[in-house]
Amino acid sequence: MIARGRTWVLPVSVLLALLLGLLPMPGLLQALRPYWLALVLAYWVIEDSERVGLGFAFCVGLVADVAFGGLLGEQAMRLVVMAFILQRFRTQIRFFPMPQQALAVGGLLLNDRVISAILHLALGEPLLPAAYWWAPLVGMLLWAPLFVLLDALRMGRGARL
Amino acid sequence: MSNYAGPSATRSSDVAGTLRLLAYLVLSAVLILLDHRGDWLAQLRGHASVAMQPVWWLAGLPSRLGEGLRDDAATRARLAEENRQLRNELLLGAARQARLQVEAEENARLRGLLGAAERGGLDVQLAPILDVDLDPTRQRLMLNAGTRAGVRRGQAVIDAGGLVGQVIEATPTTAVVLLLTDPDHAVPVAVARTGVRLIAYGTGRSDLLELRNVPLSSDVRAGDVLITSGLGGRFPPGFPVGTIAALRPDDSRAFLVGDVRAAARLDRGRDVLLLRGTGAAGEAGDADEADATGAPDVADDAAGADAASGAEVSP
Repeated sequence: MIARGRTWVLPVSVLLALLLGLLPMPGLLQALRPYWLALVLAYWVIEDSERVGLGFAFCVGLVADVAFGGLLGEQAMRLVVMAFILQRFRTQIRFFPMPQQALAVGGLLLNDRVISAILHLALGEPLLPAAYWWAPLVGMLLWAPLFVLLDALRMGRGARL
Repeated sequence: MSNYAGPSATRSSDVAGTLRLLAYLVLSAVLILLDHRGDWLAQLRGHASVAMQPVWWLAGLPSRLGEGLRDDAATRARLAEENRQLRNELLLGAARQARLQVEAEENARLRGLLGAAERGGLDVQLAPILDVDLDPTRQRLMLNAGTRAGVRRGQAVIDAGGLVGQVIEATPTTAVVLLLTDPDHAVPVAVARTGVRLIAYGTGRSDLLELRNVPLSSDVRAGDVLITSGLGGRFPPGFPVGTIAALRPDDSRAFLVGDVRAAARLDRGRDVLLLRGTGAAGEAGDADEADATGAPDVADDAAGADAASGAEVSP
C-alpha cells in the first residue's frame, strides 16, 4: 500500500460506530442493531493492519465497555479475538469477492455473539434475549455498503477499485 | 505484515501474534473478573465515565432534537387535545389528592396519638432522562443530572407510578440509575393489604420483578399490591413497587415464587423524580418544599410545584 489515505477517517469512524451503538432505538430494532464497532474495526484490521491491531482493538473495547456500562473488559476481549482471527486470515479475506467477505464477517459476528454468551454464562450474568441473535445477519448485510463507504472516505473520491 | 516472507519468518510472527493474543486475553479476563467480583474498579470507572460524557451527550442528541422537533411540529389540534387530556388528569389528580389530604391529616392526628415520630413530607427533584441505550443485558438508566445538580449515590428514584430504582453512580453532569428490574437489585417490600414483608428481586426483564421464598402459609395472593417497607433504610416506606401477577410453588415445593409487575414505567419516560433527604427531619412546610425543589438547573417552577403537591399525597 503506497497511499495511506486520510488519517482522520479512522478515529472519526470509530467514534461514529460508538455513537451508533448508544443511539436509542425502538424496542424491536434494538435487538437488530448490528455491532457497529466490530464492523468498523474489521474494516480497519483488513485494510490498515499496520495501524490497527490487537492493541487498538483492546483499547477501543475498553472505551466501549465504559460507554455502554457493561462488564469492563468484555468487549475488549471480544474485539481482540475478532481482530486476531482477521489478522490471521487477512491475506485471504482481502482478496475474497464481496459476498464471500460479507459471509466471513457474518461468521465473525456470530462467533462474537457466542463468545459473549459463553462469558455471560460463565459469570452467571443475564443472557440477551433470543432476538439479539439476528444482529449478526444485519451486520453481514451492512458489510458491503460500509466497506465501500469507508474505502471511499479513506481514499478520496473513487480512487480505488 | 510481510506476506512474502519465508515460512520460518511467518511462523515466528505467528507465534508472536498468538502470544500477544494470549496477553490481551488474560488482561481482559482479569479486568472482567475484577469488575464482576468487586468494587475495586468502581473508582476507575467513575473517572472514565467523566471522560465519556461528551459521547453520551452526542448519542442522546438525536432523540432530544427529535423530541424538540415533534413538540414544535405538533399541530394546534393535537396540542389542544393533549391540553384537554392533561387538564382532565389534573382535575382527577387534584380531587384524589383532596381526599388523601383529609386522610393524611387524620393519619397525622392518629400518629400524634400514638406518639410516633412524625414523618416529614417528601423533598424531590426532577431529573431528565438522557436517552441512550446502554448494555441491553443490564437494566440501567442514565440521567441528565449529576452531582452538580445535587444528585448523590444511593438516592431513591421514583416516577408517577412508583419506585424506579436507585442512583448507583453520579458524575458531575450525569448519573446512572440501577432499575428495580436489574438482576443485581433487591428491594424490601410489604404487601399493602396485610403488611407481610418480602423482598422483590429484579429479573433482568424490563417490567418484571420476582418474589422468592414466600412461605406457603403467608397471606399473599395474586393481585396484591406491594409497597416499599422501608426496612434497610435505602428506600423510604410507602412507595408502590408493583402488583403480584402470579404465584407458583418453587422447585422445593416448600415456598412460593411470585411474579411482580412493576408499578413504575421503567421502559421509557422523559423524566424521573429523585428523593432527597427522605423522611428524616420533619422540616417540610409546603413553601419550603417548593423552594427546595426549584433547584435552578434541574427543576423548573412548574415541576417544583408539582413535586411539592406530590409530596402531600404520601405523608
